[in-house]
Amino acid sequence: MATNLKKLGSILTKQASLVRRLSSSPSLASDGANGKSINLYTAINQALQIALDSDPRSYVFGEDVGFGGVFRCTTGLADQFGKHRVFNTPLCEQGIVGFGIGLAAMGNRAIAEIQFADYIFPAFDQIVNEAAKFRYRSGNEFNCGGLTVRAPYGAVGHGGHYHSQSPEAFFCHVPGIKVVIPRSPKEAKGLLLASIRDPNPVVFFEPKWLYRLAVEEVPEGDYTLPLSQAEVIREGSDITLVGWGAQLAVMEQACIDAEKEGISCELIDLRTLIPWDKETVEASVRKTGRLLISHEAPVTGGFGAEISASIVERCFLRLEAPVARVCGLDTPFPLVFEPFYMPTKNKILDAIKDTVNF
Amino acid sequence: MALRLAGKRGLNHFTKTLILNTTFRSYRSSTTISDSHQSKRGNDYSLFSTNGFVSRRFESTEAGSQLDVLSSDDDEEQNQLGVNFPGGRVAFTSEMTFLPESNEKRVQCYRVIDDDGYPLPSTQFHHVNKELAVKMYSGMVTLQTMDTVLYEAQRQGRISFYVTSNGEEAINLASAAALSSNDLILPQYREPGVLLWRGFTLQEFVNQCFGNKNDYGKGRQMPIHYGSQKHNYFTVSSPIATQLPQAVGAAYSLKMDKKDACVVTYFGDGSTSEGDFHASLNFAAVMEAPVVFLCRNNGWAISTPITEQFRSDGVVVKGQAYGIRSIRVDGNDALASYNAVRVAREMAINEQRPILIEALTYRVGHHSTSDDSTKYRPVDEIEHWKAARNPVSIFRKWVQRKGWWSDNEESEFRSNIRKQVIHAIQVAEKTEKPSLGYMFSDVYEEVPSNLIEQERSVRETIKRHPQDFPKDVPL
Repeated sequence: MATNLKKLGSILTKQASLVRRLSSSPSLASDGANGKSINLYTAINQALQIALDSDPRSYVFGEDVGFGGVFRCTTGLADQFGKHRVFNTPLCEQGIVGFGIGLAAMGNRAIAEIQFADYIFPAFDQIVNEAAKFRYRSGNEFNCGGLTVRAPYGAVGHGGHYHSQSPEAFFCHVPGIKVVIPRSPKEAKGLLLASIRDPNPVVFFEPKWLYRLAVEEVPEGDYTLPLSQAEVIREGSDITLVGWGAQLAVMEQACIDAEKEGISCELIDLRTLIPWDKETVEASVRKTGRLLISHEAPVTGGFGAEISASIVERCFLRLEAPVARVCGLDTPFPLVFEPFYMPTKNKILDAIKDTVNF
Repeated sequence: MALRLAGKRGLNHFTKTLILNTTFRSYRSSTTISDSHQSKRGNDYSLFSTNGFVSRRFESTEAGSQLDVLSSDDDEEQNQLGVNFPGGRVAFTSEMTFLPESNEKRVQCYRVIDDDGYPLPSTQFHHVNKELAVKMYSGMVTLQTMDTVLYEAQRQGRISFYVTSNGEEAINLASAAALSSNDLILPQYREPGVLLWRGFTLQEFVNQCFGNKNDYGKGRQMPIHYGSQKHNYFTVSSPIATQLPQAVGAAYSLKMDKKDACVVTYFGDGSTSEGDFHASLNFAAVMEAPVVFLCRNNGWAISTPITEQFRSDGVVVKGQAYGIRSIRVDGNDALASYNAVRVAREMAINEQRPILIEALTYRVGHHSTSDDSTKYRPVDEIEHWKAARNPVSIFRKWVQRKGWWSDNEESEFRSNIRKQVIHAIQVAEKTEKPSLGYMFSDVYEEVPSNLIEQERSVRETIKRHPQDFPKDVPL
């Protein structure tokens, strides 16, 4: 299954220019001067290398992790740190996360890989009933804060039902865990290191679409980016757009096209979905008076609904139009129909115009 | 192509064969003919099943008997050599044998003393001295007494819920006695005896059941969800079997730190049907983790008897399939349980490997205070285990016969513990509940902004509608 997905880069060349454009946006280029241009999986690899190197009590494990992983994120790590710290596990997601919880509860940094977010559900019980409640239920006698669960998520152009899903909303309904999704290589490295070192269990979804496609200058050294802090990656005055992960590249494209038609869009990367940075989104909507949320996951019950409701609660009188949601449809992720299912640039552009002209 | 046809045509014959030959043995005896026949034709890679079909078809033909002459020892040699397969060489055989679904005899159960507390002849066991024996026995009595009083307290409405360990006192205390205090416990919920052994006080148990401010869990969980960091006893959670893969992770940490300790994780017979059980055994074997899996097979998962839980010979046989050394022990024999756990611990640590123990015992009490087990199991069965197979009485007989315990000590000790539990209840009842702020802490290491906002909102609601909220929770 993974070999097919490796074709992603070549198949999605059409998207490459758009991703690069996002990556080289002014806010991203600001302090990346001392780094090399690398892709997203290499950035993840660097973060894992630094995590293992900087803390002898850190472990990286999951299915096929030993030889470098099906997306190459763990390349070279077993050689460098040994098979006891970077290792394959049996093919069993509930086992991987359960094992990780136990390892983390002993004061280790347990960095577990779930090969695809589509396969995280056998581990749902361990994440929801165990990891998320470990500290609370014990009155802080025990915690598994050292646990980070990494999983590639989202569309790739040909992944069908089971190599394309965006299950982030399920996890956003669970107090006790954090959900983090990076948009680019530099973000991925900093946010992953922050997630690994955060004293709470984190589910870290990596946009597999961007593993090879997104390239940007990434600082070589050790750095973290703050969790639960959204980032305004494009300033504007007419409408606020909120998204995360791979979808931001598509949204940015829509912003650029809207600008040509005289609409000034503000684009926010939420970065951490729970606990999320309401304040930054609220401040932006107070300025623009309009909000559009876009994600790949099905619209119903998606995290966009939560953002919409929260912002309506806070900014009702300031809103000049209904909150728009441009999301995946309420079907299983369809193979042949993916181009119809996806929240494309033009769907977003139409929604921007409708909202501004409401 | 020939094979496929043979298989197709052979299918009917195979069915007939099964009818004609009542055992696989008689069926199997005829396979050699066709095996040689096929290999001479160059079909060395034939599948076992197809092979079988072909053999019967040719057995009755002239061609078949002629081909028999062509067989040679080369085939046998080749079969012995087998195939080099990941994990080691696998020998071939021309005999189509299915592994039986179970062994003819059930796996035996290790015990040291009989139901009257007499040591079995020639049973090997580690000597348990007076101090240890009395501590184990008094722990069992303490657990029994605490259960009785707290069960009554629930019936009186003083606590919301309770689970007794009645019938399982021996495996609770004896397993605890066999461990070092450095060994980590990942419990299910019917092992408070382990925590008791480690020094968790009656007051600490009762505080948890009352969810007062001295409960380490800060009143957040139902009664009996004990946990204590200083006793290396992970906090109980209700979901079944979730602790098992976690135990492997914790054991892996001990392994990496080269600690002289292991993890012991407890679970019931029902747990073995959960995916987490299988995940954990497999992980533990592959990771060579020093973890002892201790199954209290008490016959019942709420109302489901083990006959409706699995078709294997209990739990002990499941270990071997995962490459785990396993033993079945009489969980109502404190000495046998002590010995088995002690040796399991040594092997787990010294050999860095998982061990599976199946302790046969019986849940004499109801599943919980929300259950009436007489609705689904015969009272006679319960009474039998309560009287003839009572682990506390059995061990008492042994201890008293040694002259280490007397009837006087028994009654005095029981009444003393009963008073202590009642006193602990009185203290716990008077102790205030955890304050409201504890509702919002520990969700995350730091309280995030949404929870700060929600706490503010709850406090405003309390001001407006104080009558809606309990008075015993300090604000």
